[in-house]
Amino acid sequence: MEKMSRVTTALGGSTLTGRTMHCHLDAPANAISVCRDAAQVVVAGRSIFKIYAIEEEQFVEKLNLRVGRKPSLNLSCADVVWHQMDENLLATAATNGVVVTWNLGRPSRNKQDQLFTEHKRTVNKVCFHPTEAHVLLSGSQDGFMKCFDLRRKDSVSTFSGQSESVRDVQFSIRDYFTFASTFENGNVQLWDIRRPDRCERMFTAHNGPVFCCDWHPEDRGWLATGGRDKMVKVWDMTTHRAKEVHCVQTIASVARVKWRPECRHHLATCSMMVDHNIYVWDVRRPFVPAAMFEEHRDVTTGIAWRHPHDPSFLLSGSKDSTLCQHLFRDASQPVERANPEGLCYGLFGDLAFAAKESLVATESGRKPYTGDRRHPIFFKRKLDPAEPFSGLASSALSVFEMEPGSSSMSWFVDTAERYALAGRPLAELCDHNAKVARDLGRNQVAQTWTMLRIIYCSPGLVPTTNLNHSVGKGSSCGLPLMNSFNLKDMAPGLGSETRLDRSKGDARSDTVLLDSSATLITNEDNEETEGSDVPADYLLGDVEGEDDELYLLDPEHAHSEEPDYVLPQEAFPLRHEIVDTPPGPEHLQDKADSPHVSGNEADAASLVPVDSSFSLISVSHALYDSRLPPDFFSALVCDMLRFYAEQGDVQMAVSVLIVLGERVRKDIDEQTQEHWYTSYIDLLQRFCLWNVSNQVVKLSTSRAISCLNQASTTLHVNCSHCKRPMSSRGWVCDRCHHCASMCAVCHHVVKGLFVWCQGCSHGGHLQHIMKWLESSSHCPAGCGHLCEYS
Amino acid sequence: MLLFKWPLCKTFKNGPEVYLTPYTILKLKYSKMNKDKRIRVSQPLTRGPSAFIPEKEVVQANTVDERTNFLVEEYSTSGRLDNITQVMSLHTQYLESFLRSQFYMLRMDGPLPLPHRHYIAIMVRCVHAAARHQCSYLINMHVDEFLKTGGIAEWLNGLEYVPQRLKNLNEINKLLAHRPWLITKEHIQKLVKTGENNWSLPELVHAVVLLAHYHALASFVFGSGINPERDPEISNGFRLISVNNFCVCDLANDNNIENASLTGSNFGIVDSLSELEALMERMKRLQEEREDEEASQEEMTTRFEKEKKESLFVVSGDTFHSFPHSDFEDDMIITSDVSRYIEDPGFGYEDFARRGEEHLPTFRAQDYTWENHGFSLVNRLYSDIGHLLDEKFRMVYNLTYNTMATHEDVDTTMLRRALFNYVHCMFGIRYDDYDYGEVNQLLERSLKVYIKTVTCYPERTTKRMYDSYWRQFKHSEKVHVNLLLMEARMQAELLYALRAITRHLT
Repeated sequence: MEKMSRVTTALGGSTLTGRTMHCHLDAPANAISVCRDAAQVVVAGRSIFKIYAIEEEQFVEKLNLRVGRKPSLNLSCADVVWHQMDENLLATAATNGVVVTWNLGRPSRNKQDQLFTEHKRTVNKVCFHPTEAHVLLSGSQDGFMKCFDLRRKDSVSTFSGQSESVRDVQFSIRDYFTFASTFENGNVQLWDIRRPDRCERMFTAHNGPVFCCDWHPEDRGWLATGGRDKMVKVWDMTTHRAKEVHCVQTIASVARVKWRPECRHHLATCSMMVDHNIYVWDVRRPFVPAAMFEEHRDVTTGIAWRHPHDPSFLLSGSKDSTLCQHLFRDASQPVERANPEGLCYGLFGDLAFAAKESLVATESGRKPYTGDRRHPIFFKRKLDPAEPFSGLASSALSVFEMEPGSSSMSWFVDTAERYALAGRPLAELCDHNAKVARDLGRNQVAQTWTMLRIIYCSPGLVPTTNLNHSVGKGSSCGLPLMNSFNLKDMAPGLGSETRLDRSKGDARSDTVLLDSSATLITNEDNEETEGSDVPADYLLGDVEGEDDELYLLDPEHAHSEEPDYVLPQEAFPLRHEIVDTPPGPEHLQDKADSPHVSGNEADAASLVPVDSSFSLISVSHALYDSRLPPDFFSALVCDMLRFYAEQGDVQMAVSVLIVLGERVRKDIDEQTQEHWYTSYIDLLQRFCLWNVSNQVVKLSTSRAISCLNQASTTLHVNCSHCKRPMSSRGWVCDRCHHCASMCAVCHHVVKGLFVWCQGCSHGGHLQHIMKWLESSSHCPAGCGHLCEYS
Repeated sequence: MLLFKWPLCKTFKNGPEVYLTPYTILKLKYSKMNKDKRIRVSQPLTRGPSAFIPEKEVVQANTVDERTNFLVEEYSTSGRLDNITQVMSLHTQYLESFLRSQFYMLRMDGPLPLPHRHYIAIMVRCVHAAARHQCSYLINMHVDEFLKTGGIAEWLNGLEYVPQRLKNLNEINKLLAHRPWLITKEHIQKLVKTGENNWSLPELVHAVVLLAHYHALASFVFGSGINPERDPEISNGFRLISVNNFCVCDLANDNNIENASLTGSNFGIVDSLSELEALMERMKRLQEEREDEEASQEEMTTRFEKEKKESLFVVSGDTFHSFPHSDFEDDMIITSDVSRYIEDPGFGYEDFARRGEEHLPTFRAQDYTWENHGFSLVNRLYSDIGHLLDEKFRMVYNLTYNTMATHEDVDTTMLRRALFNYVHCMFGIRYDDYDYGEVNQLLERSLKVYIKTVTCYPERTTKRMYDSYWRQFKHSEKVHVNLLLMEARMQAELLYALRAITRHLT
């Protein structure tokens, strides 16, 4: 309301009111233009040319200017403009090269006034002089600009750009005689209307065509240009050389650009391809648009601010055949949706984290991640430079430093490198991966692999040896709850044969004990897990994911066939935990360290694995006997994957996903998969595991992911002499004909690995430099610098 | 000390020794080729790079030109100065952008794996169903590359041996080659739809660019009568049998037929000199007329339609081409080895104007231009290729030496534009700002026959056709015409395909 009143005064009595609305046109629009009184808008396109009145609630068609029986190409408009002094005067540019003027004051139905057929090619743009009533300027594909005096039949003067097509022409608002024109070859020219022989000034503004330009309504020297290279640039033309003062990078080629009235730094843009939205940018904040209008379903072809002094109404026409009025207050503001938190790793594993101050304040009470031996080393607050965006007033930055030697991630690297993800039968893959995990002391993971194998591979092929490790051990990333009941460091490194031998004897007796122990343990479980934030079945689920489910099933089947087979599987590990391990130390929430493992090995060897292996076998047989299809477990497996991902072990999630492939893929929604993949790939790349990451990309079935390695990997380098990009080859510059990288030892061009001294920046072939520095400590180039090779 | 690795793409040649070899090989081959020629000058027709152009025209220009050698060394995919390059090197400026873009799509990084690219090139060659002689050589070249880059030899047995994914592409391949206006967003959707054999958009764009490039190149090859390469060094067991013999007699045959059939055709033997003068005169008149004469809009539309219609009769007027399609192809192609890559040999160009029942709207050039729309889309999905193609189109459109036959200082813009737009007209693309009456004035009937044949049924081009138009003009100028036709065709195909992709995206 307050704004409205301000608008009223600014407009000298007439109030602009309205709402966000749109109306359907019969055909795609190519351009729109607003009448001086801000109450009418003209829409022009290949097969439409109409005037609409903008009313409070809707657009009302006022006049159809396409009259006549046969459609004429003169009416196929590429551009339209309404005179800002005379509300009866319009001009259109036709695709066949004709410039037409229209007089709405004519009494007949046909309002066509004059026809100029001087251009040989499509006319891309017409522009009226802002203050002069009769001067019209046109720019055409044929490379000429023509200035017409509407009182005469022919053009007054012709300006030749001496280059390709003219894309836009705009009279300067402040300089009576000046106009700017933009060209397909990326140039912008400044002309004096009195001097058709040559342009006043010319500069290259963009790489590729410059589609549009707009003079700043207040700032006399500023010109905004938009090009196919997806940039909007703001030039200061007052200085001797046009100086680029601002640059906004958009996501698609820029078709139109219009300064926002009354807002010195705002401009609106729309794009020619792919992107359908209209953006309003603050040129000082070139990364996030200040506002965004998303109404259109096809590319926006024309935009116009409704009134030259009112910043809140924007009109637009589009290829989707609609005319829209946008209200600034209804615009979506990407800033609000932007994630104001930033997170970044440092070179040595430091973690920096920036967030809104309020957020940090509340969360610091909860101490989110500081628990694991990281702590903020400094804490900084900084006020944003006075910016119009709200809500971003201040942010806090915390940096967490890595304690040297803590939480090494070597297991991650090893795992990533050694896992087999494809190319072999599933059973082998699972076995292999289980073995890898086991070797790295990650028994829980190993066991998961084993379980997967049991579930998904035919029972006949299951050798007993795989089942040795049904006893889980909390993995390094294990969550505390798991540790509380099944953390035991048993038998990670035992040979399977020996245990198997022993198992023969013990098996029978153990099975007898099953029932009682099972119940006992489940009780214990429940007690221990109370109050935790993870559901209890996860605890079982993640160690031996599927058995838990099976266990729950049993009551229903009324212990029909093999009740005892089911229970022991759970029971054994748990029972042994209770029996074998002293409760105290084992309940530490840390990952199991090697000493623990070795300490327990003896006990474990004698007792545990034996039983569990046996029981597991029986279970697996039981499963298949009762004809449970592998599908039966997929929900559970998915839960397990989610669990791993939640825990932070996205490696496991992705690896299992790839190995199982179709078997589980359909049960996890695409987005989650994509998220896992990207996280994992990101991690892999952070550890420089390029090959693995590429393999993962390749094996992924998610479309967004497999596109990743289809993007360009070209890296353009600049010449060290002339600083220009080297286009054809990386070692010799086309322009200055210098070899960019000479070996200081052999004086040949280096085409492979180039090594250089950071002190004197001389360098050369890796081998040569190494050799040189073995015998000499001075720089091979003779500069006297004492180079070091480390 | 810091280690710095040169970007991957720059090191593909693997160090200096490998890098030098293509050049040395080229030198060797080149000198050998020359010797060869000297020994057997006696055989006319098939010596030299082109069957249409006397050898000395090409070779003379060639030996002088160091630049060409440099370009070949740098960009040629075959690593040698093949016949196409030799003929194109009459226009070195263009040759550079041509080789650069071809090199980029075949060798530099892009979404498609290397063997796939060559396989697509092989597929393309064979869409021109009657592709008999020249085609075989080009296939061989790509077969070599295909195998070298790790392609699976079995695929070469024919389309039924390739993965479904590549097979799916054939639909687009066919349409693009013969009736690009029929490509709709449904075709695109079918290809990119999620599934086992789906194409990602970048891959599809890469494939489309390759397809269009090679379709157009076929026009050039046939249009300029490029001779098959004879190089015993290329052989790997997949060489098509008896290529050379076949082609020699084939060419001869064609000419005989042509000679017989064209005697009755309607272009009288005008004195060629006056022909040229007349053309120049007409150009001048047109230029002046523009100022005062003003055709009504209806008139313009009818002119376009007329041109479109007329293009229909241009070729079918010939007795030679009034063979029913099926007969023609049954006779010639099925026997050929090439046919194993063709699924549906009966599918050929169909006149845009004749489509009959479903009347597809004319493609308005202003609504979807290469500069505004095509470029942005291509570049977004397959980075950098847009710039290369852009440069190539621009180059060919603006290439001029300001000469016409014996005359100098002539502005040929009008002529070039007429050629370019006439090709687009046959593909149903209309420029609002072009008066199609000009085409009629500037392009004589024999030239129209030639254009139509080269762009629509390139394999039927004969020396007779090539010779019969613009008799005063130099061969290099005729090659220039071929370049224009080729690029116009490529752009037309790209525009249709990209428009379909854009529609799929919105």
